[in-house]
Amino acid sequence: MNPDNDAGQGRSGVSRRGFLGAGAVAAAAAAPLMATVADASTAAEGEGLVTVRVTVNGDRHAMRVDPRGTLLDTLREKLELTGTKKGCDRGQCGACTVHVDGRRVLSCLTLAATTNGREVTTIEGLADGEQLHPMQQAFIDHDGFQCGFCTPGQIMSAVAMVDEGPARTDDEIRERMSGNICRCSAYPFIVDAVRDGQEAMR
Amino acid sequence: MRAYTFTQARSVREAHSRAGAHTAFLAGGTTLVDLMKLDVMAPAHVVDINGLPLRGVTLDRRGLHVGALERMSDVAANPTVRRHYPVIARALELSASAQLRNMASIGGNLLQRTRCGYFRDVATACNKREPGSGCSALTGWNRGHAILGTSDDCAATHPSDLAVALVVLGTDVHLASARGTRTVPLDGFYTLPGTTPHVENVLRPGELITGITVPRSAWAAHSTYLKIRDRQSYEFALASAAVALEMRGDTITKARIAVGGMGTRPWRLPAVERALTGHRATEATYEAAVRHAASGSKTLEHNAFKPALLRRTLVRALTALEEQR
Repeated sequence: MNPDNDAGQGRSGVSRRGFLGAGAVAAAAAAPLMATVADASTAAEGEGLVTVRVTVNGDRHAMRVDPRGTLLDTLREKLELTGTKKGCDRGQCGACTVHVDGRRVLSCLTLAATTNGREVTTIEGLADGEQLHPMQQAFIDHDGFQCGFCTPGQIMSAVAMVDEGPARTDDEIRERMSGNICRCSAYPFIVDAVRDGQEAMR
Repeated sequence: MRAYTFTQARSVREAHSRAGAHTAFLAGGTTLVDLMKLDVMAPAHVVDINGLPLRGVTLDRRGLHVGALERMSDVAANPTVRRHYPVIARALELSASAQLRNMASIGGNLLQRTRCGYFRDVATACNKREPGSGCSALTGWNRGHAILGTSDDCAATHPSDLAVALVVLGTDVHLASARGTRTVPLDGFYTLPGTTPHVENVLRPGELITGITVPRSAWAAHSTYLKIRDRQSYEFALASAAVALEMRGDTITKARIAVGGMGTRPWRLPAVERALTGHRATEATYEAAVRHAASGSKTLEHNAFKPALLRRTLVRALTALEEQR
């Protein structure tokens, strides 16, 4: 994997993941995240693994995965594409939205074992080099977030929404984006961003 | 999640040959993966059926044929469905979210499990999840629970919007098992909880839904679905109504009515249908026809508002349908 593509890598060059992984952090807040990582890697070493060949952001991968493993965990833990966020992990929040064969889906309810031969696009695959995707730029221009945790899912969902057919009104944007929850409630700016992002994508 | 073996079937025959005890078929996964994470469902074997040729949306003289593996979003967007069966498109569009509709299959939608919070929480008693363990909802928080078709053992609602629309249209469900194929009406597919709430339908072990057929009818094109919920979008129904009318001028010559969010299965209201038939399509007719819509219902501590909500939902759905003409 090319570390330059790591969404966790900020402009400072310090990746949040690298920071945690260095073991320098023993803060209580970090503990649940670390435990999740450990569980996932243990499960993947069990018996009965299945082979999956999947293309992610244009790169082909052949992997042995636990049949219980979700696409979400596989993206984050195996491919280190941590831009896709793990929110509820129950298909209720939309933070894990990615595109599979061009359609927006929830990676937390998609078993990695079912993605054999498929093409997955994550938030890391949207930009064209240094050039942000118009929808990414629109979210920045409109400050369409507060904490940012739901943002990758919001953007992936919005790009697919435009591809499905343009939204004609703000109410239609709200309805068609209702599968993406923003707990900071940045919805007014998200609607602005999606409206402008849609315009820029045409 | 508990361990299971994972295999992929490429034909219906292969799916049956892999289906033993404790086998779950995996289509969209939006119910199964969720419930396996919660340990509510713990199959020993998961058979991925997405490679099966159970696709296609076609219309012929007998009606609309939809393959079980068609996705909700594709069926909702299908021009034939939108034109001839608007109640199906509407029910699908008001279900879940765009992401879930892209994933969930038509067969899986009909088999989705209840959203009862006690069913989904393995720390609580639930006769549906663990037969004989008791029902936490009857004495617990039961605002969203059913008022029709309940028993002393279960009051969980059936969550599917699509099933309510399909029941109104007289849909047939096609089933296949290693022993052969059969077709059952969707209205008879779902069973009442009675003393066995863990049995929800007439599917036999290893049997698979292969598709549905929705008959052609004059009323199908004059139909709609209304969904009432606590949030404006992305929420299950507190009450819903699928209504279809055949008209001659201003007079209702045939009526088909079913409701969701009220029953332990999609609930037809034949008495309301009879009361509408032969009358002019006016609000007075609707009000009179729905007066006894909730007769036979049994409310619980927190859902006593539902009979009134049922009547109002029906009147609003009928009014909305008439305004579309």
